[in-house]
Amino acid sequence: MTVPLSWYLIFATALFSIGFFGVLARRNAIAVLMGVELMLNAVNVNLVAFWRYLTPTDLSGQIFVVFVFAVAAAEAAVGLALMISIYRTRKSINVDELNELKL
Amino acid sequence: MVGQVLFILVAAITLLMALGAVVAKNLFHAALFLVGVFFGIAVLFILLDAEFLGVAQIVIYIGAIATLIVFAIMLSKNVMGKEAGAYNRNWYAAMAGAVFLFLLLAWLLLKAPFQMVSADVPADAITQIGQGLVGTYVVPFEVASVLLLVALVGAIMLARER
Amino acid sequence: MDLRSIGEAFIAWLQGLGIPQGWVLLINWLLGTLIILGFALTLALVLIWLERKLAGRIQDRLGPNRVGPFGLLQPIADALKLLTKEDITPADADRITYNLAPIIAVFHILMMFAVIPFADRVVGANINVGVLYLMAFGALGTMAMLMAGWASRNKYALLGGFRVVAQLFSYEIPIAMVMMIPVLLVGSMNLNEIARGQGSLFGLGWFVWVMPAAFLLYLVAALAEGERAPFDLLEAESEIVAGYNIEYSAMKFAWFYLAFFLNTWILSAVAATLFLGGWQGPFVDRIPALGVVYFFGKTFFMFFLFAWIRATFPRLRIDQMMAFCWKVLVPMSLALLLGAAILVKLGQQLAWPFAVTGGLLFVMNVVVLLVTLSLLGRYTRTLHQQQNKRLFTPELPRL
Repeated sequence: MTVPLSWYLIFATALFSIGFFGVLARRNAIAVLMGVELMLNAVNVNLVAFWRYLTPTDLSGQIFVVFVFAVAAAEAAVGLALMISIYRTRKSINVDELNELKL
Repeated sequence: MVGQVLFILVAAITLLMALGAVVAKNLFHAALFLVGVFFGIAVLFILLDAEFLGVAQIVIYIGAIATLIVFAIMLSKNVMGKEAGAYNRNWYAAMAGAVFLFLLLAWLLLKAPFQMVSADVPADAITQIGQGLVGTYVVPFEVASVLLLVALVGAIMLARER
Repeated sequence: MDLRSIGEAFIAWLQGLGIPQGWVLLINWLLGTLIILGFALTLALVLIWLERKLAGRIQDRLGPNRVGPFGLLQPIADALKLLTKEDITPADADRITYNLAPIIAVFHILMMFAVIPFADRVVGANINVGVLYLMAFGALGTMAMLMAGWASRNKYALLGGFRVVAQLFSYEIPIAMVMMIPVLLVGSMNLNEIARGQGSLFGLGWFVWVMPAAFLLYLVAALAEGERAPFDLLEAESEIVAGYNIEYSAMKFAWFYLAFFLNTWILSAVAATLFLGGWQGPFVDRIPALGVVYFFGKTFFMFFLFAWIRATFPRLRIDQMMAFCWKVLVPMSLALLLGAAILVKLGQQLAWPFAVTGGLLFVMNVVVLLVTLSLLGRYTRTLHQQQNKRLFTPELPRL
């Protein structure tokens, strides 16, 4: 265990911020979804790092990551299906053009 | 020492890939960068002695989610072409927000006191994960499986051509 | 003679030379990697010759017979030919992705060689998550083909890429569930442990006897995962010319070709390990080196089966292929996994000996297989009736 915990945390924070930027700044909805995946991955890195450094004998940390995997898979499937369906009707998946609900 | 060098190498490559995934104009390239990020994180999991999660990360994220994303990119418009503009009008605000978030979180994390426990991972870690999933955490496990089923049905219903 | 002891003797010899511990480990790893790489690449040459010769014999031809005795040097001649050909990157192609795809296609297969147990404890990396590892790197192949299909900027290549996702994605589900059955029976994902767990009852402990339906299912799904006939729709010449690798020439095409044969061999090796007892065989506990012989015998037997099927069967239609996966293989694999889980748990709770659990598992398999086959039979009969139904029945003129 030569790598300090803080390195992992900083790495995860950087990854989370990059994903956050992607979610807010990209126009294409699929790119937004990619940003969300980056953020979820950053959370996973944090969970595993905390498990390894704080409670290595209790595997609840790893089990939580498995649940995050399941949620991420469900989110990707529904999100992408939604985008394909929107693309069929609107011929565009740029989030700033989908403004039907705007006043 | 070797561990530190390895970590810095993997972490730097992964972060560069993540930047690429967010910056790349071509969506397919962004997706490939994303695959690189997932792979890097799998390596980090293995460095953290979580082999099961590392391999599961490759199966789920690269094998399923990244492939789905690539497939969706191919199904949406001009498969080969570049996007007109990758960012929306508020991208500089997003950038400022992301930098602020990073600095805030990093500051908080570095200040927080953590009680480190240095112990080895139990040898039967995978068995313990399996038993945890059908023992202590059986209710969340069942809920997760119902969620996956609902997502499956929902995705089919949404993407179906009527 | 134990193969493991050679490795240990080698490490001891290196340490004896006064090299520090870290470097000894590094040298050992590098050497192991080189051995596996060299082995895999030599193996590919043999496999290509074997498959062509077998296909030739099965189809009443001679097969390669010009270069060297029995045409043995034909693959080397082919490799030389491919090496000297012009290496083309299409002008419109996405250069980096296009050149990366063949590398990943071979890399993911070579990674899988690391966890195959050639004999007891003779494994590149004896990791605890072996079966999951195989699935992980199997899934990486889909990505390589998608990259190749997209980057070529050719509509047939792109169509091939779409087919890759449709086919490999679908068949990954039954094959993953079937690969979980040996894991369930042994209680470990370590491939060496799974091979060791099949040693009981003088060969009757092989999971192919205990779970015959699961083995058959693996065989069918592996044909699809290995892009082999009758599931070679990814490269169906008559429909999409050559599929995702249409634009590739020279060495880059050779990489895909290599990956294809090595993939088949890996699928055979996994079948041999998970269902045919791996390195198990008579006298293997006394002479561990015999395990290598048994393992290769079983693996090449599986490879022969794959080659035989490829040389014999016509190609399926794409809707048939998808329907067969989702309507037959997936429910069947679910039933098998569920049945195996219940019986194994019952066996543990009631402390049955392995023979009883195995027998019950066998009965369960036969029942699942019979139900599947009868449903399939009924379906084909109705299909025939529909096809033979006429709009009107012509009456014979009366004389």
